[in-house]
Amino acid sequence: MRALRAALVATLALLFLVPAGAALAQSPDAAQGLRGVLKGPGGAGVAGVSISVTEVDGGSEIGTATSDGEGAWQVPLDDPGIYDVVLDSATLPADVQLRNVGGERLGGVEVRAGQQRTVIFPFIPAGQDQQAAATPPPVSGGTASPAPGGATPDAGTAGDAPAALPANLAGKSKWEQALQLLVESLKFGAIIAMTAVGLSLVFGTTRLINFAHGELVTIGAIAAFFLSSSPGNWPLILATVVAIGIGALAAGSMEVGLWKPLRKRGTGLIQMFIVSIGLSLLLRHIILILFGSRRRPYNEYTVQTPLTFGPVSIAPRDLIVVVLSAIVLVGVALLLLKTRIGKAARAVADNRDLAESSGIDVDRVVLVIWVIGGGLAALGGVFYGLTAQAVHWDMGFTLLLLMFAGVILGGLGSAFGAMLGSFVVALVAQMSTLWFPIDLQFAWALLALILVLLVRPQGILGRAERAG
Amino acid sequence: MNWAGIFGDAVRGMFGSEAAIYALAAIGLNIQFGYTGLLNFGQVAFMLVGAYGVAISVSTFGLSLWVGVLVGILCAVVLALILGIPTLRLRGDYLAIATIAAGEILRYFYRSSYAEPLTGGVYGLRQFANCFYAVNPYPPGRHGFGWATFDARSLWVMTVTWGLVALAALALTLLMRSPWGRVLRAVREDELAARSVGKNVYFYKMQSLVLGGALGALAGAMLAIYIQSVSPDSFMPVVTFYLYAIVILGGAARIMGPILGSIVFWFLLTFLDSLLRQATSSGLITFIGGGDVGAVRFAFVGLLLIALMVWRPAGLIGNREEMRFDVK
Repeated sequence: MRALRAALVATLALLFLVPAGAALAQSPDAAQGLRGVLKGPGGAGVAGVSISVTEVDGGSEIGTATSDGEGAWQVPLDDPGIYDVVLDSATLPADVQLRNVGGERLGGVEVRAGQQRTVIFPFIPAGQDQQAAATPPPVSGGTASPAPGGATPDAGTAGDAPAALPANLAGKSKWEQALQLLVESLKFGAIIAMTAVGLSLVFGTTRLINFAHGELVTIGAIAAFFLSSSPGNWPLILATVVAIGIGALAAGSMEVGLWKPLRKRGTGLIQMFIVSIGLSLLLRHIILILFGSRRRPYNEYTVQTPLTFGPVSIAPRDLIVVVLSAIVLVGVALLLLKTRIGKAARAVADNRDLAESSGIDVDRVVLVIWVIGGGLAALGGVFYGLTAQAVHWDMGFTLLLLMFAGVILGGLGSAFGAMLGSFVVALVAQMSTLWFPIDLQFAWALLALILVLLVRPQGILGRAERAG
Repeated sequence: MNWAGIFGDAVRGMFGSEAAIYALAAIGLNIQFGYTGLLNFGQVAFMLVGAYGVAISVSTFGLSLWVGVLVGILCAVVLALILGIPTLRLRGDYLAIATIAAGEILRYFYRSSYAEPLTGGVYGLRQFANCFYAVNPYPPGRHGFGWATFDARSLWVMTVTWGLVALAALALTLLMRSPWGRVLRAVREDELAARSVGKNVYFYKMQSLVLGGALGALAGAMLAIYIQSVSPDSFMPVVTFYLYAIVILGGAARIMGPILGSIVFWFLLTFLDSLLRQATSSGLITFIGGGDVGAVRFAFVGLLLIALMVWRPAGLIGNREEMRFDVK
């Protein structure tokens, strides 16, 4: 408890005291404003364009600016509020026009107190067709956008898993497409399964729904990214092994530093669930600050010629991921079935009190499960980053709901159920793209989760117990 | 460092329309989570249908704004029924996952290319609430005193949103003093006991979900009117987490809990934002850039949730005895 308190106080101090201490020095007042860089179709700055900012809905003019040699412009604002930004298209050079009809006017741009908000005017070469006004150019929120949810840079959470998929499917019959998608779902299912096993075992032994499990996935992927890029430039395989260790360590320290003390205090499950949500938010955004919001691929194994087996094709990288995942999952199964610690883990999941009274050190078993689950999550994160060819700061959170779907589908608390359920989730997500747009694939997988809860709440392999 | 400016921002934040809108949605969540013990983690879905109810009615079908708000609330009632029928029989933790999944499903559908003719896809819809601002009674210019002044537009939205918060709080006070309110609390404390005295627990849970969801939709509609635009990605699950932070900070199962919670929450949030922006733009902090301020704000909310649950689960004015319920 004392360690927990000290850690939290230290983090709080970091958040508040550092800026406050630094703030004692005198500084110029940074007011809010609107700014942007006008970039032509070739990427060169567009100079000499005048831009005016008015009060929203045709109010009085607040300020004007003219873009400089790099195309940059800035309008300082005395007060936060909502403004219209209007570009004077008469001042545009002859070879450039706005991409959208009516795109010279961006209405309702909200500027928060102290915010320097960036506004984008997209251009195309003169003479090309302008797009209809129906899709207004998105306004880049910089760091804060109207609703807090929008403040996270989120460029398409859906459909980032199998980026290369449509190319694989071009010009194939429905049956061949289905076969190809089956391969894709094996690949995706293996990744979900690997990450979901830890989530399910932790629930089984401690009844905790760990919302921060997704962050272990991200920690693994990002640890491997940093180790395998400069200055270390380790081979990715070595980096992955170390990343597994880091994931296991992170999970273990969560258990020792936070969850075990909370359990000892008798904190309720709902309260612990909310703590895990807070932990997830905290970790995820620390990762965002460290890693940045860009998606970045690993250095190695990026460009590969796919191997073709009849109607299906798979990149060698992905094939190795599938095979390795299968080996790891079988290993986990053997661990659970054959070893002492595995049997103890299943006993604790089955009946905690009975296990404890027959001499099993429950705390040790739980710690081992956290460590194994963290390592598996980290490995799954590296695999996810490899197959999707992108590592990004909220990849674990994207995966988290699918993990939950897999875990509940298979039966909460059962490791084998989690594996099975994960493959079902991946299958639903991939096969839905046969008939529906790819940006809905995760929605179908989650819908399957709700339908299963309706019909068989204990899941495929779960014991029939009261779930409601 | 301009401390007056920072405090001015923070005061503006705590009384601003966003604080009122979040208070309204949090009052809805308080009915579900605080009074009934329902772990609804999909409150953002109700805000989404409320916001889009307004936006689609006005932009796509050319209905009036007031009809749009009603459509939004009606959609929320339908959503609560659809969501409640399969999930309200589930244990608390299952309900949490099912509702958060439902919120994400809705967001995926609203942003998909399928729904684009109706919802504008990822770009969303804008400029549909002009008639709301046409009836603004405040003369143009700045109002207020000291360093907390607001323009006429903000003041008008604030008047309406805080007015709605007051109305909701009043209605809730009456409801929670009635026998109906006592049954809700009984369901939270001991579902079996409530059932054994002949109360239809499922029915009460459903009413709680519908009522709280309707308030969430009203908040969503006001959010859409306030910023004159909706886009699906401003309805991420994190909005629900904000609402939980607000309810718990203020004190669950208290009428004033979510209102006080929202005021304090937005004061802290804008204070932190403004402070960090000043510090980064003047080069006092170099380990984070100006672009990271948003991330620090989310991390702060996470930390706040952890600290509250560990040390003060009853929040500022809550009663510890009322936060003892658990997954049964």
